Amino acid sequence: MDLTIHVATLIKIGVFIGITMTFVSICVMFERRFSAIIQDRVGPNRLGIPLSILGFKKDFKLPIGGLTQPLADGLKFILKEDFTPAYVRTFFFWLAPVLVVGPALLTMAVIPFGSPMEIGGKFIPMAIADLNVGPLFIFAIASLAVYGITLAGWSSNSKYPFFGGVRSCAQMISYEIALGLSIIPVLLMFQTLHLGEIVQYQVDHGWLLLPFWGEGLSAQRFLMWIPLFIAFVIFTTSIFAETNRMPFDLPECETELVGGYHTEYSSMKFALFFLGEYAAMVVGSALIVTLFFGGWSIGFGIDNALPIGAWWVSLLHIGVFLGKVTFFILFFILVRWTVPRFRYDQLMNLGWIVFFEAALINVFLAALILAAPHIHGLATTFGFIVLAVITFFLIKIAKSATTKTTVKAI
Amino acid sequence: MAVVKVQRPKLNAGEKVYFGALLKGMFITLRHAVRSLFGKTPGAKSLKSSGLGVTMQYPEEKWDDQMPEYYRGTPALVTDEQDRERCVSCQLCEFICPPKAIKITPGEIPDGDEWAKVEKRPKEFDIDMIRCIYCGMCEEVCPEQAIYLRPDYVVTGTSRQDMVHDKERLYEIGGKRVGLVNKWNDLK
Repeated sequence: MDLTIHVATLIKIGVFIGITMTFVSICVMFERRFSAIIQDRVGPNRLGIPLSILGFKKDFKLPIGGLTQPLADGLKFILKEDFTPAYVRTFFFWLAPVLVVGPALLTMAVIPFGSPMEIGGKFIPMAIADLNVGPLFIFAIASLAVYGITLAGWSSNSKYPFFGGVRSCAQMISYEIALGLSIIPVLLMFQTLHLGEIVQYQVDHGWLLLPFWGEGLSAQRFLMWIPLFIAFVIFTTSIFAETNRMPFDLPECETELVGGYHTEYSSMKFALFFLGEYAAMVVGSALIVTLFFGGWSIGFGIDNALPIGAWWVSLLHIGVFLGKVTFFILFFILVRWTVPRFRYDQLMNLGWIVFFEAALINVFLAALILAAPHIHGLATTFGFIVLAVITFFLIKIAKSATTKTTVKAI
Repeated sequence: MAVVKVQRPKLNAGEKVYFGALLKGMFITLRHAVRSLFGKTPGAKSLKSSGLGVTMQYPEEKWDDQMPEYYRGTPALVTDEQDRERCVSCQLCEFICPPKAIKITPGEIPDGDEWAKVEKRPKEFDIDMIRCIYCGMCEEVCPEQAIYLRPDYVVTGTSRQDMVHDKERLYEIGGKRVGLVNKWNDLK
């Protein structure tokens, strides 16, 4: 390894962590403003720079519509009393918030932010770590966040946080399976686990869910759209569950569990949980964009016309990527302020009975469509018939299972 | 009471999938968002919205012209048309004030004064606006029609001392009451 790559990596770490953290704070702002306009309110719109606390005569009011609100929120968290109750298990109590934030920020390392930049004759990929196992790395690390939440619940030594922690544990395990299974069709399509190559594939062949440009368009590609769309729905929903966002935020459900797993936390430790949740949301959006919506590619066949490697192209692609991520973050927020929270048994039913089976069937459906040109027509038909029969019986079993649990629940 | 058994509605296949309802919900929230962005929220006009949602941006925009006549704001002292202080410091308001917000120091009017025959006027008249509950008892009890609840409602201060209205401030808020004051009818 030579110096250029080392320096470039260091710069990338700084810049991308910076971008992620900025996004996290902007997310909070977006959440508050967007939820406000959904509910016909205004939201925080008048924060300027409070010079008066520094001893100046007047505050400086910027016409930026309260964009500095996240700063004030952060400052408030820092200035609050950091209270550790006497009855908690101190070591784990302190460890838990770190375990929530750490994984969320670590997963950012493999996301390709933009097209490779040419520096000194070398193409530097715009991901901090250009791993060959991108999605696997993200799943492996992202699921570690559940330890943080569970430990927080357990170490608080109080019943509501404990419930929150246990719920989170069960929820994460249930949705991890659907999450992992749902992207198998996607990976079958790409034939690689390298996120950079995945994006490159989408540059050449059109975005995964919008296959309207690029080469290799065929009837098979359009048929593949069905399992890919199912995969997208399952994946997105599972990401919601993974990040503890609204329809699935049972670990911190206020109506039942006070504050859930972070009831006993205050000040910066609470802020770290908050940060971890939003960072997970940013990474989740980034992953969805990378896998399904072409990552940094502009689309419409423009990318290949641009001189890949020039610095401005890279920056342009980073901008496009961040724009798409912002769109998905807004989507996350919209869903949060639209869909009411699930009941716990509904959540489990959805995870184990609907999504798990749907993802499994989806894998075989995708495999069949991909294999169809290579195997005999009779075999394909037979495969489809078997799949249809299995699906029929699975739906029947799932139906009886759900009705039983509902009766029990009542 | 008879027990009414409510049957859960039978859902058809489309409703069971839940997807349509989700999209419908998102459409509704988005419509609200777009409408409030463009100031088209239902009721925005009648509520004098600032153009974002139905909210009025308070310190810049005020509801004052919509205020009803009978609004009970800060209590204040008034003078009559000859600039005489109506208050004769009988202290009835001080005694009736439920939160004990009023404090009066009575004083005699010296002989040489134009209004010497009134005999008394307050030397000091303080109303602690932190204590005041805007009940209007002082106004009702006053035999001289000297204290009124005015429509002013913006009472701010950065210290407890700022929140105590002294005599000067009270007359400044109250101003002059001209003509016969019909205290007990609608015309007050």
